[in-house]
Amino acid sequence: MAEGCCTPGSNIMILACSGASNVGQLTNQAAVELTQEGFGKMFCLAGIGAHLSGFVQSAKDVPQMVAIDGCPVACTKAILEHAQITVKGYVVLTEHGIEKNKNFKLKREEIEQVKAAVRAACNGQSEGAAVK
Amino acid sequence: MEIKVLGPGCAKCQQTEKVVNEAVSELGMQAAIDKITDVLKIGEYGVFGTPAVVVDGEVKSVGKVPTKEEVKGWIS
Repeated sequence: MAEGCCTPGSNIMILACSGASNVGQLTNQAAVELTQEGFGKMFCLAGIGAHLSGFVQSAKDVPQMVAIDGCPVACTKAILEHAQITVKGYVVLTEHGIEKNKNFKLKREEIEQVKAAVRAACNGQSEGAAVK
Repeated sequence: MEIKVLGPGCAKCQQTEKVVNEAVSELGMQAAIDKITDVLKIGEYGVFGTPAVVVDGEVKSVGKVPTKEEVKGWIS
């Protein structure tokens, strides 16, 4: 929830798959750091997956969003589509040359690469526009 | 019918409450309208921001002032 009153129009929702692989955890770490840096706010994909109305409606109404999947299985995208939420900005880490494995020692350069990709996916994203 | 307007109290929250009140009044409906300003209570609804409107436990709108017609559609 927003600390202040009312959501600024520029607030960006960040949804990470947070899956059980290096790329899944890279999505999570990038989302955490982007939130800490004030780029946007990480939001609970699990709440959307559970079809809880507060989470689903928030994702439907937010003007700007970036969904991050670690790999082509695309769980984040599938969850959003299942809840009938338009996918706006979208990033798949393996499409950015990051190989999926089970090594959870995340590399700083890959975290930065993911953060840059998320920022780029948001560029030019206008309110309500679908950017894929 | 139970309607809750979630928001700590800024102009958009107040506008949302006004719109909800007018919609209920114009439809001549019986509804309990509560304004929730406690941030922790608001957090229990899982909303990304405020203002938000909840009708009979279901969140209908988040982060914007709904139109009167939208509200009427939710409650009629």
